[in-house]
Amino acid sequence: MRVSPANTQRVAVGSMWALAAIVFAVLVFILAFILAHGLPHVTWSFLTQSPSSMGREGGIFPMILGTILVAGLAVLVAAPIGVATAVYLTEYTREGRLTAVIRFGADCLAGVPSIIFGLFGFVFFAIALGMGLSVLSGSLTLALMVLPTIIRTSEEAIRAVPYAYREVSFGLGSTRWQTVTTVVLRSALPGISTGIVLSLGRSISETAAVMLTAGSALRLPRSLFDSSRTLALHFYILSREGISMPNAYATASVLIIAILALNLLAYWLMRRFVAKVGR
Amino acid sequence: MKRDRLIGAMLLVVALSAISGLALITVFIFREGVPIILRVGAGQFFLSTDWEPSLGHFGILSMLGGSLAVTVGAAVIGVVFSLGLAIVLTQFAPPGLAAALKPAIELLAGIPSVVYGFVGVVTLVPLIRHFLGGPGLSVLAASIVLGIMILPTITSIAIDALQAVPRSYVEGSIALGATRWQTVTMVLLRAARSGIVAAVILGMGRAIGETMAVIMVAGNALALPHSPLDPVRTLTSNIALEMGYASGDHRQALFATGVTLFAIITLLNTAALAVSRRRAGRRRVG
Repeated sequence: MRVSPANTQRVAVGSMWALAAIVFAVLVFILAFILAHGLPHVTWSFLTQSPSSMGREGGIFPMILGTILVAGLAVLVAAPIGVATAVYLTEYTREGRLTAVIRFGADCLAGVPSIIFGLFGFVFFAIALGMGLSVLSGSLTLALMVLPTIIRTSEEAIRAVPYAYREVSFGLGSTRWQTVTTVVLRSALPGISTGIVLSLGRSISETAAVMLTAGSALRLPRSLFDSSRTLALHFYILSREGISMPNAYATASVLIIAILALNLLAYWLMRRFVAKVGR
Repeated sequence: MKRDRLIGAMLLVVALSAISGLALITVFIFREGVPIILRVGAGQFFLSTDWEPSLGHFGILSMLGGSLAVTVGAAVIGVVFSLGLAIVLTQFAPPGLAAALKPAIELLAGIPSVVYGFVGVVTLVPLIRHFLGGPGLSVLAASIVLGIMILPTITSIAIDALQAVPRSYVEGSIALGATRWQTVTMVLLRAARSGIVAAVILGMGRAIGETMAVIMVAGNALALPHSPLDPVRTLTSNIALEMGYASGDHRQALFATGVTLFAIITLLNTAALAVSRRRAGRRRVG
């Protein structure tokens, strides 16, 4: 018997919906699983104390600080470079061989796996430049890793600013630089911030690159040249070496909550941007 | 005006940092890794499964096989789910629902790979061990975890490709009496084919480069896999597992593993770029 197109459609679309439902079920399951096992162990003392006996006891304060330092510094370095690159590509040059080369570089960099960034950061920042396994080596490595994301999102945000804004600004006698800083970047700011916030999230989540460049010291980092263990790496070590499952779950919960918060922030910024530019 | 030109020049210097970063990475990784490949012999290095760093035996064939197995497995799983998601979100979901679901996919991309690996180890691996046998830590487990991890990449590029298909194609098909689903399979997917292929290739690049999740669920055994239930070690895991204590030739061999990985990824990215270029070229003609 021939199946009618209408019935085929019913079955096919039904299975597509089922696939989509499975994906979202997996997402909810992962978040709920970690938070349900971990949140009960996230106490004030867990967040504010240093670990003892390799992380079996005590808290994760040095890792929170290490994560903020490594990820924050990475974004602090990458953001100005990325935004400047985007400004150059969109406002200061015509499309040509040079822009193609710059874009090609950014695209290739985006495809480089994190473990390769780790190897590079290790030989270049830690050894060749003598920074050792440190907060600085880790953050510079991550800066290079998130640079393409910041370039691409900034470029998109700047391109979304209506051309009329620039014309009005030029018409009022502004120079290109004045137009860029007072008109274009101001309008594109929420869009650019979205990319920066997502890069911060990626830096916090990264493990392989940080493991090879920032090291895994448990103590509180006192300077940028100290080794520091990030939350993601601490979670990996705790769970993999079976040091403490409750503390592993709790560390992962803190990590997940940070990621959730950053994603919400990025989402909110994006909506603001769409509302602003769409007007 | 003069000041503007100066600012333009300064911006250009900054703008070259991405490409210089890429050049630095290439130079440093190759400088550390290529000499040992030459010393061991390319044939020996790539085609031997004998990896025994303490004896000076460096053959990465098992890792190549492991990476290939988990990447193909991840691509199969990733493609099925991503295409389903992309089709539902662009064609069948009400716009409000689609707008609400997209941030969820971004969130999926934001979850740290260690978390994926961990949840895989404590939930998926025991299930595989119990129902399918073997050690649980396996090609299959890694493929499923990686398949989910590369899903956001493939989905978002596939959505772009589907949305780039001109509306008139869809309207023409519907006007000829095709159902929505016939339109999807016969018109949309065909018109968006090269974009979807590029998405899948980029997804495979993601999968082969993923490290932490794979270390946790793939089992890391140094042997070519014979079944999806066998444990494997990938190129990436090999680097991350041994870098901590390697020195001398051993460390260089790990960089050589990195060189291999870098070459494979560059090949995949170039292929993806070529596929999407061809699409752009064809559209200009048509």
